Order: sequence, then C-alpha cells, then structure tokens
Amino acid sequence: MDLDDALKTYIIESRELLEQMEDALLRIEQAQDDPEIINAIFRAAHTIKGSAGLFGLEYIVAFTHVAESVLDKVRSNELNIDPELVALLLESRDHIGTLVEHAAQGDEPDADSEQQGAELIGKLNTYLGHKAEQTAAKGGMPVEHAPQIEREGGHTVATDNWHISLRFGKDVLRNGMDPLSFVRYLGTFGQIIQIVTVVESVPPLSQLDAESCHLGFEISFQSEADKATIEGAFEFVRDDCVIHIMPPHSKVAEYLDLIRDLPEQEMRLGEMLVKCGTLTQDELEKALQKQVDEQRPIGEVLLEEKVVRPEVVAAALDKQKQVKESKSAESTLIRVDAEKLDQLINLIGELTIASAGTALVAQRAGISELQEAASTLSRLVEEVRDSALTLRMVQIGGTFNRFQRVVRDVSKELGKDIELLISGAETELDKTVVEKIGDPLTHLVRNSMDHGIEPAEVRLANGKPAKGTLRLNAYHDSGSIVIEVGDDGGGLKKEKILQKAIEKGLVAADANLTDKEIFNLIFEAGFSTADTVSNLSGRGVGMDVVRRNINALRGTIDIESEPGVGTTMRIRLPLTLAIIDGFLVSVGSSSFVIPLDLVVECIELSEEDKHAAEERNYLSLRGQVLPYMRLRELFDVKGEQVRRENVVVVQYGGARAGLVVDTLQGEFQTVIKPMGRIFSHVNGIGGSTILGSGEVALILDVPRLVQLVSTQVEKNGLELA
Amino acid sequence: MGALVKTETQVALTQAAEIQQYLTFALGSEMFAVGTLSVKEIIEYGQLTEVPMMPDFIRGVINLRGAVVPVIDLSARFGRRATEITRRTCIVIIEVPSGDEQQDIGVVVDAVSEVLEIPAGEIEPPPAFGAKIRTDFIHGMGKVDGKFVILLDVGKVLSVEEISTLASVASQGAAGQ
Repeated sequence: MDLDDALKTYIIESRELLEQMEDALLRIEQAQDDPEIINAIFRAAHTIKGSAGLFGLEYIVAFTHVAESVLDKVRSNELNIDPELVALLLESRDHIGTLVEHAAQGDEPDADSEQQGAELIGKLNTYLGHKAEQTAAKGGMPVEHAPQIEREGGHTVATDNWHISLRFGKDVLRNGMDPLSFVRYLGTFGQIIQIVTVVESVPPLSQLDAESCHLGFEISFQSEADKATIEGAFEFVRDDCVIHIMPPHSKVAEYLDLIRDLPEQEMRLGEMLVKCGTLTQDELEKALQKQVDEQRPIGEVLLEEKVVRPEVVAAALDKQKQVKESKSAESTLIRVDAEKLDQLINLIGELTIASAGTALVAQRAGISELQEAASTLSRLVEEVRDSALTLRMVQIGGTFNRFQRVVRDVSKELGKDIELLISGAETELDKTVVEKIGDPLTHLVRNSMDHGIEPAEVRLANGKPAKGTLRLNAYHDSGSIVIEVGDDGGGLKKEKILQKAIEKGLVAADANLTDKEIFNLIFEAGFSTADTVSNLSGRGVGMDVVRRNINALRGTIDIESEPGVGTTMRIRLPLTLAIIDGFLVSVGSSSFVIPLDLVVECIELSEEDKHAAEERNYLSLRGQVLPYMRLRELFDVKGEQVRRENVVVVQYGGARAGLVVDTLQGEFQTVIKPMGRIFSHVNGIGGSTILGSGEVALILDVPRLVQLVSTQVEKNGLELA
Repeated sequence: MGALVKTETQVALTQAAEIQQYLTFALGSEMFAVGTLSVKEIIEYGQLTEVPMMPDFIRGVINLRGAVVPVIDLSARFGRRATEITRRTCIVIIEVPSGDEQQDIGVVVDAVSEVLEIPAGEIEPPPAFGAKIRTDFIHGMGKVDGKFVILLDVGKVLSVEEISTLASVASQGAAGQ
C-alpha cells in the first residue's frame, strides 16, 4: 500500500466525517439529549485525530485533541450543549476542515489558520474549565482524567510511568505503516521518558530483507491517559504486533511475565527494563529470584496476564462492537470510482443500440424464434440499463442538508431569524446533476434570504411571524426533478423590476410583458434590484450565472411570486443525462424522439381539425383548448403530406401542447448522444440518438417547443370561435 | 562541433516542414486540398440525418461508429450550389480544433483524388482578389503539374465558432416565424 494513497483515503474519509460532524452538530441544537448524536460527533473527531497521528499530521492532532476533550465532557454530561458551544464547535469543525485541506495540499498551515486555531483553542479551553491553566503549562495539550488504578496488592514497582513493550510484526512496513509514527503519536498525549530499541531479532546482514521490520521498542511513558487511549494508539498494528502495556505501579510478577513472554533472552530484556527506568536493578533481581522459586505453569502466567482493569475490558468490548457495526455497514456499501460507472453507462448505451439493431434484423428475417430471442434480449438490456442508471442516482438530501449551515450562518450575518424547512430530501437524481446544482442553489438560497425575507420589524408590521421561513423542496414530476427554493418574504416587486430593466435598457419602455416575463428579467446579466449592495448578493452577477448553469444541465428555472406572501423559484431538471425512454415518431422520412415521460397521450388529427387548422392554432381535446404545432411546417420537412396525421400531446411544467406528426413508431430506448458545439443553440432539438438501423434520430427539446407554441398563442391570441 | 550538429538538425527540420502531404479532392470543377494531418478518414456518402432549421451548408449528422458527427457541404459553405450526390460523393472526416477539444466534422466532396506531397516552395500565398471563395479560407495555392490546387485553412473553413453562430441565427429565424 502506497502511503500517498493511504493519505488520499484519509483526506476523503476526513471530509466525509467532517460532513457528518456538521450534520450532527446542526441536529443537536434541536435534540440536545440524544446521546447518539453526541457520540457521532465525538467519534468523528476521534477518528480524524487518530488517523492524523498515523500520518504524522501533528497540527491536526493537536487541534482536534482539544475539541475532542470538550466533546468528551459533553458526552459524560459534564458540559451542557448550548447554542454558543455549538457555534464554537462548528467553527472548530471548519478549522479542522481547513487543516485537512492543508494536509491534502501537502503543506503546513499558514499563519492565518494557525492564529485562528490558537484562538479557537483558547475558547475551547474555557470549556475545559479549571484545566485551562494546566493546559497552558503543558504546551497546549490538555490532559484527560487521571487514571484510577486499582492496586492489586503484591509487590509493585516504584516507578509511576507506564511501560510499553512493542514488537512490530514483519509486515508492518509492507502494510504501509511507519513504526516511528506510532512512537511519535504517543508523544501527543504524554511524554516518552526513556526508549530502548530492541534490535535482537535483526538478522545478519546477508539474510536481511530490507522490506521486513525487525524492530521493537521498550518505552517508559509518562501520561495521564488511560490504558484504552494508549492502546488506541496502536489500533492499526494490533493484529500483527506484540504489544504489552503495563500501567504504572504494576506488579513485579507482571513484568516477569512480560519478560518471559517476549522472545528475547530474559537477562537481556531485564537489563532493558532497567535501562528504561521501569525497573530498578534491585527489583529485577528480586523478580528473577522469584521466578526460580515459583516455577509456575505457563497457563497460570497467561491467566494472570489477563488481569486488567474492568473498564479496559469494557472499553475493548465496546470497541469491538463498534468495529463490528461499522464493518457490517461497510459491507453494504462499495466505493466505486465515478469514472468506472460512467464507462459502464456508456457501454450499456452502446448495448442498448446494438440490441435495438438486433431486434430490427430479427424482424426483417421473419424467423419467429430469432424474434423471440431478440425480444428477451431487449427486455434484459432494458432491465440492465435501468439498474445501471440507478447506480448513479443519489438522494438530494445530502445537498439540502448542507444548507442548514448556510442558512444558519447567513441569517446570523444578516441579523435575521430564518428557519430552513426541508422536504422531499429522499428524491433521487443523477449524481452529475447533484454535483452541479449545488452552486446555483446556494446562490438562490442566499438571494432569498437577503432580498426575499424582510427584516423582522417589517415582518411584524405586516402581521407575519418575526421568524422567516425558507423552504427547500424536491419532487419528481413527469420525467424531471423539480427543486423549489421558496421564502415567505415580501415577493418580487414587478414595477421595480420593470423600471430597473427599462433603466438598464434590457426592455423597451413600452414593452407589454406578462408577469412571468417580468420576473424572468432578474436572470438577465447585470441586473440587481436591491437598493443597497450587501456582501452576499446584489452585485448583479449571479442570477444570470444561475440560469446559465441550469440551462447547461438541460433544465429550466421559473419564478412564482406573490406580493407580501413570498417567492418560489422552481428549478426543473431532467432526471438523467445519459439514457431515457423515448417515443419515436416520424415526419416524412425523418425520425424524431420525444422523451416518453413528457408524452401525455396520442390522438389522431381529425379531418375537421385539419380543415380548421388553416384559421386557428388550437384544437379541442375533449372540450379543452390544446394549442398545437405542425412539426412538418416548423422543421420544413419535404415530401408528401400523409393522409392521416397524429397529434402527440406533451406536457411540460404545467403547460400542454400538441405536436402534429405523420406516424407514431412507439417506445424506444434512447441513448442521448452529444451533438457537439455546432448545434448547441439549435431551437427545438435537444440532442440526438442512434436508431437500431444505425441512423441518427434527433431528440425533440419539448420544453422549448412547448414554449414556442405558447408564445405563438400569446402573440396571435386564441381566437375562440 | 556543436554548431555543426545544430545545422544538421535544422536542415532535417526544414526538410520535414517543406514537404507536407495533402489530400486533394474535387469540388465542382476545381481541385482543393487539406493537410493529411487533420484528415481522420474518408467514408462513403450515406445515411445522413437532416437537422431542421439549419443553414444550407449544414447537411445534417451521421453516425460514425456510435458518435454523432455533423456534415458540412463545402460547396454550399463557399456560397455555391449544394453538392449533388453521385456515386463518387464522399464524406471526408476532418479533425478541427475547437477550444481545448477536437471536434470531428464531416465534409461532403464530389470525389477524393489522391494524396500529394507539395513542397513549401511550390506554395504561393493566397491571391488578394480574384478567388471565388473567401480569401481567409485559403491557406495557399499549391502548384501541381502546372495547375493550381487550393489549399484550405481547415480552422477557418470549419470554424466551430462561426458555424455554431450561423446555425443559431438560422434556427432562431426559423422558429420565430
């Protein structure tokens, strides 16, 4: 295992843990008494610290340790969680995050973050109460509770230091562990008084394998930490190393067992212990004498070795349980490189096309067995495709939860009291979409908080509760995912927007615009309605970027706003970017694909409507008005008009429209192929796909077509005869 | 000694630059050529899907082993009549730099003739006037057997920026009717 790889894993894990920590910290404000949440925070901090020590990232260890100590006090109910402490812990979490990023870049923290760290440590130390002064004396390292060691009677040795006997396994270096880092880590919570390196097992030079580890250490260690903590230091090598940890004032007999248990010669080891200062010469002699006297059976020796403090056993059991739990959770999750997934999806796309080709050939050949086999194949391919696509689906909740923090921080900054309500967190969408939607959402959220929600006085004056509410909601709607950012603020001011737009020359002064069109003006480049420019928003950059980002994801955004009641921004995005269920239609000799989720129904264009089409641009669908458009005319398709035409009724974002086509070909699994930059601004065409015959078919951009139809209606008006 | 070696490499380099290979093809009655380095492959004309609301010179798209590639009618791009499809009509797939990426574009030509080596000394600068196509499309005029072959500047003729803008304008116009 390469250490660089291990470090990378550590960084990724730390980021995840920090996310969990933030999440838990935000939750704890609501549920103070839930010990599980506190434990989760503590565990996250503890793991980050522990692993950091392994990589020798002292700055992370030092800082996290202080935070962890405070958390430990919370855990043991010595400290009560209050909003102030949560705020401090959140800041500490951010600081750990900064430190981890430093580690990711492979540099040391700069002066700024060091100063920030020192400030935070100072604040955290006040929570540690009286221990603060001690901490200062020990160089920024607060100490844990003094261990309560039960005296078991018998001869105890004089020294009050721990004794740690280490024999590293041969494969320690191969496993990517650096024996020195463990010793170094010990130094973070205590002082190494004396260390003796055991080189007895190093073979002669001719037989020496440079990759094997033959080292051992005898360490005399002074620390206030308890045994579990010291053991924890060696967590990663426990399996293949021989580790003995003797508490201060252990019985001479135990040392004796230690001596007997280790592979080195008894006398030699004894000398080492003396050298370590663990045993005095006198004690050693006595001990050896005793050994000769007693001649105890080995079993008894081992049994006695297991005499450890009960809390250590409890801690060990607890630890074991945790490990088991996390292992069972791990086994259900696999970390996969996103690139591999993309490759799989691409291959499945090709497979889908190939399978459609096979089906076509089978149909032409007219062999029924072949057709049957081909249809089984396509069904299986469809299933494979569906499950492959779900691999990329993630819940939006993770993204939403990030906003708890944003809302908390921003409302403090603005001096407004704003609550965030999240719903539809379990709604799933494509991972690539999730990644790209974060930034635009952040901007919308900040914008709503800054411009949307009024200051408390204004709210109270308008008879609203002082506390503003921001809503994040997500749901699925006809093949797309809808994400709403809503506030209960003052709503958009139409006149103000229009006036500003005219001022900036975005629209003509005498323009006749609908409400929607006016609202959409705020997405124009260089537009800002706020009277004062704040730190957060209002510089006129942003809303246009938001729209551009959303359009790049083949999505749309629109605004619904009511004066005095609030504003809702509605983002509509396609569920997936790779493969969709399509509906194949043809006009003349050209084939087009309509995303199946957007198709409501298909009807035949009646003779009556055909004749009426000369004068009007709508038809009656069971008594309802349905505006429609002839694809043949719009796309200027050549060739004879067919006698029987069909209307495909499509729906997008509440609006319906009819698309008149020649023939309906049925469902078709559509692999979306990029058309390249040349066609990036083409009206009405959203992409392309490859049919079973190898021909390219174009995918209709239904949202755009629906919009075209409705603007046409608005321009010409509906002549309701 | 060092100077001697340097001169030798320089000679080799200039020689390499001097003789470049060009793929020549016929378009109407004229011969054109593009550097072979940008030519990816030559395929038979067929199975083309028209893209609606596009300017005339964008013929449509084809499926090139799973990738969708736009096809340009060079003759129409030069402002002449659209190429008539015959038995010898080919699509030359050309790699065009577009931003940081390479975009493959197919070009419809009447017939592909041969690959020629034209030394730099045999290439004249484009005429200031008199050529029937935009002069910035012309990289130079190659002399082959006493006749002129128009060497095209692929980056200009097939400029993704320009084509995309033209396509966008045409499509907006068609939709706004």
